Amino acid sequence: MRLRITFSKSGALRYTGHLDLHRIWERTCRRAGIPLSYSQGYHPQPRISLAAALPLGFIGQAEIMDLWLDQDEDMLEILKRLQSSAPPGLILTSIRSIDSHQSALQTQVQYADYEVLFLDPVDQQVLSSKLNNVLSSTSILRQRRARDYDLRPLIASLQLNLATKDHPISLTMRLSASPAATGRPEEVLSELGIKPEESRITRTGLILKNT
Amino acid sequence: MIDPQQIESRLERILLTVQKPGRYVGGELNITVKDWSQTQTHVAFVFPDLYDLGISNVGLQILYDQVNQRPDALAERAYAPWLDMEAAMRSNQIPLYTLESKHALSDFDIIGFTLPYETLYTNALNILDLSSVPLFSHERDNSHPLVIAGGHACFNPEPMHAFIDAFAIGEGEEVIHDIIHVHQVWKSSGKHRKDLLLELGNIPGVYVPSLFVPHYLEDGTLSHIERSIPNAVLPIIKRIVGKLPPPPTQFIVPNIEVIHDRISVEIMRGCTRGCRFCHAGSISRPIRERSVIEVVDAAESAIRSTGFQEFSLMSLSSSDYTHILELVSAIGERFGKDRLIISLPSLRIDTVSVELMDRLSDRRGTGFTLAPEAATERMRRIINKFIPDEQIIETAKAAYSHGWTTIKLYFMIGHPSETIEDVEAIARLCNMILTEGRRLIGGRAKVHVSVGTFVPKPHTPFQWVSCDTPLQIESKQNILKQKLRDRNIKLTWTAIEDTLLEAWLSRGDRHLSAVIYTAWKNGAKFDAWQDQHRYSIWAEAFAVHGIEPDFYTHRQRRMDEIFPWDHIFPGVRKSYLFQDYRMSLEGLVRLDCREQCYACGILPLFADLRRQNPGEIWKCPDVSSPARIPSWRQA
Repeated sequence: MRLRITFSKSGALRYTGHLDLHRIWERTCRRAGIPLSYSQGYHPQPRISLAAALPLGFIGQAEIMDLWLDQDEDMLEILKRLQSSAPPGLILTSIRSIDSHQSALQTQVQYADYEVLFLDPVDQQVLSSKLNNVLSSTSILRQRRARDYDLRPLIASLQLNLATKDHPISLTMRLSASPAATGRPEEVLSELGIKPEESRITRTGLILKNT
Repeated sequence: MIDPQQIESRLERILLTVQKPGRYVGGELNITVKDWSQTQTHVAFVFPDLYDLGISNVGLQILYDQVNQRPDALAERAYAPWLDMEAAMRSNQIPLYTLESKHALSDFDIIGFTLPYETLYTNALNILDLSSVPLFSHERDNSHPLVIAGGHACFNPEPMHAFIDAFAIGEGEEVIHDIIHVHQVWKSSGKHRKDLLLELGNIPGVYVPSLFVPHYLEDGTLSHIERSIPNAVLPIIKRIVGKLPPPPTQFIVPNIEVIHDRISVEIMRGCTRGCRFCHAGSISRPIRERSVIEVVDAAESAIRSTGFQEFSLMSLSSSDYTHILELVSAIGERFGKDRLIISLPSLRIDTVSVELMDRLSDRRGTGFTLAPEAATERMRRIINKFIPDEQIIETAKAAYSHGWTTIKLYFMIGHPSETIEDVEAIARLCNMILTEGRRLIGGRAKVHVSVGTFVPKPHTPFQWVSCDTPLQIESKQNILKQKLRDRNIKLTWTAIEDTLLEAWLSRGDRHLSAVIYTAWKNGAKFDAWQDQHRYSIWAEAFAVHGIEPDFYTHRQRRMDEIFPWDHIFPGVRKSYLFQDYRMSLEGLVRLDCREQCYACGILPLFADLRRQNPGEIWKCPDVSSPARIPSWRQA
C-alpha cells in the first residue's frame, strides 16, 4: 500500500537537511513499528520518498511524502502512531492512500509556494520598486554553481504583502519546482537585495501536477 | 547577562552562515527540558569536542539521566562549537549556551566537563572563555558556576589543576549526587566559595586540587604532596559502583548525521586481561557484568525509543563476557528479523570470534577487526597480550572464508625494548595475512593496518618507561611505509606530534597548567583533530615557561620516583604495577586474573562492595573480611 502524507517541519528541524530528514522518517517509522516495504537489491532501503528537498533553514508547512507498506493497514492508526513517534518539530497533517502505480512523487511536483518574513525592518518603497523591476523584466540572467540560467521564467508569481494588524510585512512567491526547472527563493531574494540569513522563509505548499 | 530569548534571536542570524547548523540548535528526540525557575540546581554537562562526536558519548548520557531523574535538579548539554561557529558567536556576542534551554553556561550552578582524553584540555579552556567564566579556579567567586570534571583522563588531574575546581575520580553514577547535595547545602548556607571546595573535598573520590600543595625535588620530580588544610584526605580513592545500574535506554537521537549513529549498551565494565600498555584496563577494574536478559531488554527498549538501526555491545573485551554465546543467541532470537546492524567490538583474536561475528553481522562495508598490538611473540609477551602467530593467521583466514573481504589490524610501535625486527615483523605479518586472503578469496582481499604509537600511561605497569624519540618513531614508521606497499594494504599511522602532545598532557604535573593556558591563548584548540594541530604553538608554550617537554616523555623513571598522579588511587597498587613491569622485562606473562587472583589491590579496597554484591556479577573472588585502605597509602 502506498500512502501519501503531508506534514510540517519547523523548530530545531529547520536546520536539518534533506538526507537527514529522510533518516529521521526512517527512525520514526521504526519507533512506530510501521512495517515499511524495502527496495530490492544488494542494499535494500526502506521505501520512503520525499517530494522535494527543503533547503536548510526553511520552515515547511505542507511537505509531502510517500510511504510504501508491505500490507494494508488502518490509515488513521498509522497516522496516530507516526505522530506519537515523531520528533519535536514534525507534525503530520494528512494521510491518504494512493494508487501504487502513480509516477514517482518527485516528478509530480510542479510549483512551490514560499512566504518570506524579514528579521530587520525593511523599506517598503525600495522593496516594492525592486520587486516591480523583477516582474517587469523578461529575463533575469544569473549564475548558480557556475551555470548560467534565466531566473525570470521560474517565477510564476511574486508579491509584497503589506503589514496588517496581525501579520508583519511579507513576500509571497510561487516558483517553478519541477525536477528540470527549480526556482530558488534565495535567488529571488538576492535580486531584491535581501540575504537569506536576514529572513525567515517558509515553504507554504507544494503544487502537484494532476495525476 | 543575556537571556535565552536574546541568545535564540542572535542565533537565528548566524546559523545559516555556518556549516551543519543542526549541531547548535538542540531539539532532539528524548531530551529533557525542565522548568528552569522551578528547579533548584542547574547542571550543564559539556563534552568539549564537536557535537558530532559528543552526542554518542555514553558517559555523558548516563550522568544526564542520573541528574534529570532528580526532581530538584536539571541537566542540559553543551559541546564545543567548530571554528566557524565560534567566530560567529564571538562577533555576535553570543556566549556558549546549552542546547536544551539556551541558557548561557555562566547561568548554571555546576559546569561538568567530561574528559575522556587529554587532547580536549584546550577546548575546555576555550569553552570557559566562550562562557565568560574565569579560566582559573582561584579567580572564581560565588557568582560563578562550580567547574568540575571527570572521565578517564582525570586519573592524572594535575595538568588541569588550575582550571577545574573539583575532579570526580572514577565512576560518576553516584558521586554526581553527592556533589549536587553538597552544592545545595552550601548554596542555601550563603557561605563563601572556599567552604564549598572544602566540603567537596570531603566526598570520597573527589579531588580538590586547591587543598593540596606539591613539593618538588631539585631534579624536578615530586618530593611529596602537602595538605593545605589538616583534614584533607589522601589518597583520593576512585569511586566505583558495586553493581552496574540499569543502562540508559532513552538515548538522545540527533537530527543530523553524526559519527556514531547508534546505540551503545555496556555489557560489562573492567577487564581482566592485564595488557600492560592499557590505561582503561588498569583504571576500570574490577569487572562487573550485566546479565544477558538485562542487556537484551535494554537493547530492545533503546531501539524502541530511538529508532536507531545499529547498536553496539560495549565493553573493553567482549569475548571475556561470561555469557557471550548466550548473549549472541538471545540477540539473534530477539532481533533476527529486524534488519538491525549489531556490532560487538574488542573481540579476542580467535576463530570463536569469527563465528560470533558471523551470527551477528551482515558485513555491510565493515572489516573484521583484530588487534594484536605487536607482531612478534616476544613483544606480545612483554605487553602481556600473548597470542601465538598461528592463532592470528588462523583467525584472519577464518574471517576471509566467512565472507569478510577486509581485515583491519591494529598495532602499536614504540613498546618498551622494541627493536627494528619487531617493527619489520608488523609488515611481515600484514603481508602474510594478505597472501592468505588472496589464496582464499582472490583479488578482493584487503588489509587495513592502523599503527599507533605507544604512550606510557599513568597507573599502568609501563608508567616507568620512556617514550620513543621523534627520530625513533619516524624511522619505524618509514620501515612500515616502505614494506607495506601492496595496493590492497592501506596503512594509517599517528602523527608524531600527536603522540608527543598526548604524552605530555597525560604524564604532566601541575606545571603543565601554565603550558596549556599559553598554548590555548596562542590558538591551540581541537588538538584531537589532525588538521588542527599546531605543534609549534605547544613547543613555544613550553619554551615560554622554561619547561623542558622531554622531562615528561623521554626519561626513564627511577623505581622510587613519586609520580604526579600517585595520590590518585585507582585501586591497583603501585607495587603491583612495578612487579608487573619487572615481569615484562623478563618476558613473563600474567594470565587472565579470573583464572587466578594476583592481588592487584582492588579487592581489599572494595571488599565491602564485593560482599554486598557476591557471586557472578564480579569476576574477583568472593570475600568475607571487611575493606581496608592499604596503610602504605596513608601519609
